[in-house]
Amino acid sequence: MSETSASAVADPNTHAATADGTTAGAPGGVRRRDFIDIAALSAAGVGGLAVLYPLISQMAPSEDVLAESTTDVDVSAIEPGQAIKSVFRKQPLFIRRLTDAEIAEANSVPLSALRDPETLSDRTLEGHLSLLVTMGVCTHLGCVPLGVTEGENRGEFGGYFCPCHGSHYDVAGRIRKGPAPTNLVVPEYTFNTDTVIRVG
Amino acid sequence: MSFAWAKQYEPSNGLMRWVDEKLPLPRLVYNAVGAGYPVPRNLNYMWNFGVLAGFALVLQIVTGVILAMHYAANAEVAFASVEHIMRDVNWGWMLRYAHANGASFFFVVIYLHIFRGLFYSSYKAPREMIWLLGVVIFLLVMATAFMGYVLPWGQMSFWGAKVITGLFGAIPLVGESIQVWLLGGFAPDNAALNRFFSLHFLLPFVTAGVIILHIWALHIPGSSNPTGVEVKSESDTVPFHPYYTAKDGFGLGIFLLIYFAVVFFLPNYLGHADNYIEANPLATPANIVPEWYFWPFYAILRAFTFDFILPAKLWGVLAMFASILLWFFLPWLDKSPVRSGHYRPLFRKFFWFGLIPCILVLGYCGGAHLSPWTIALSQLATAYYFLHFLVILPLISSFEKTEPMPYSITDAVLNADKKPVLGENTSPAV
Repeated sequence: MSETSASAVADPNTHAATADGTTAGAPGGVRRRDFIDIAALSAAGVGGLAVLYPLISQMAPSEDVLAESTTDVDVSAIEPGQAIKSVFRKQPLFIRRLTDAEIAEANSVPLSALRDPETLSDRTLEGHLSLLVTMGVCTHLGCVPLGVTEGENRGEFGGYFCPCHGSHYDVAGRIRKGPAPTNLVVPEYTFNTDTVIRVG
Repeated sequence: MSFAWAKQYEPSNGLMRWVDEKLPLPRLVYNAVGAGYPVPRNLNYMWNFGVLAGFALVLQIVTGVILAMHYAANAEVAFASVEHIMRDVNWGWMLRYAHANGASFFFVVIYLHIFRGLFYSSYKAPREMIWLLGVVIFLLVMATAFMGYVLPWGQMSFWGAKVITGLFGAIPLVGESIQVWLLGGFAPDNAALNRFFSLHFLLPFVTAGVIILHIWALHIPGSSNPTGVEVKSESDTVPFHPYYTAKDGFGLGIFLLIYFAVVFFLPNYLGHADNYIEANPLATPANIVPEWYFWPFYAILRAFTFDFILPAKLWGVLAMFASILLWFFLPWLDKSPVRSGHYRPLFRKFFWFGLIPCILVLGYCGGAHLSPWTIALSQLATAYYFLHFLVILPLISSFEKTEPMPYSITDAVLNADKKPVLGENTSPAV
């Protein structure tokens, strides 16, 4: 464009005079008037996108949804072998106190046998190997796996079983069988006091 | 299409003449569905379902607008407001059941309409655009039905919303953001319910717009017919009114008898009992299945249980969307010059003994409890489904020996019991 416009600038009258819009004297057929067309269309295009953006963006999470940041949970009453269901950002949160046998079982699984390799210590806080905090959201299509309440189907690996499409998780919440691609997500959390965790 | 012999609109009185001169709307209607639209004389009852689908849309819009007068799109009260409709609103129970079962019957007639098109190859030139618009309508109706089912905010509503928006979450890189954008949060909640209500109201009107284009496109070549032979002369056609308005009216009567038998006597037969339990974000029902009309596609989604280059989850989503999107290519996948399945022996076999059982098996598997053998069955049927459209149809259209066809529609009607005029082993290009 630059070369042709340069030549157009060199002799503007030739082009201004072509009333029928032909480009008799312009090399490559580019006229100064083409710039106006492109500039006008570009401005209209940018304007259109600027209108579209808020119309799309309004559907993203609103401030009040984003404001639900942290949740405190008292974990002192959970006995080894028990689990509770809490709520974090309006989604279920599983907190399980593993027994020594379950910890040993989780540690005995070779990483090569896992679809999403993580050790139990990767998934728990240092010094709290027995406290497993995960989202209760199956990583397939988001159902709540069974296995928290006494008597529920805990699947073939003794952890959680998702009834929607049959994903099996082990005691460390790691995916072992079924369509789910990854382990149950471990949210960010810290210990507020010795017995209360703050999630988020 | 206006054939040369189509009747011209004659205003019957001064008022209509006055209207016709200012805005020829009566003329448009006359030429679209009146005596001014000549239609092949040999249409069978499979040609009823376009009108029935149109009727079902009107039924859904009318009952839907009324239900929206009493429904509250807020997660706190949505479930209760539906029960309020059922118990307190005059005739509310009937209108709600009419709307819910109306969706099922909408899909019944749409599926029959689609399979009519598949058997008689109504998608072939020059009718590709009608077919393409039809696929768009089908996608719109599915989206509308999905969002409508979320509104009562029962267990199936909530978990259906979670799973279906979760499908978009399988898209690499941007999936999570798209899902969060669709839901307006990290799980279905008030924001999702509220916007689904708005879009559930909007989409039927978009659908109505595309239906106008669908009918417009149909009226350019005119209706196809069971022989697949194009109209050649006036004797091949009859005016739409009164011949097909009467026949469609009769079909509509049968449709309404069956529909109201279900609405009044089996209103919950086609639904899922779990949707009478209020949404609980902390517990998923043990057997979560979509409405019956999504079962075949749901079976395709669930058929992918193993990772192969891409994750299984993404395969399922891709396959499910591809199973419908490939219909957009159907007019170019089936290359046979013969249109109607009546004159295609091989095509007929694969249609009745391949495609139809395959869809039924998929439908069954999509609604059944997951077990190793339903998974195996749906994998088999999914494989056949894609094989049918992508391999079998293109192949048989290249080497199939088609049967002799009648010379014309009139010939097919008058000499239905005699040998075809064009002799044996010919497959005239249509």
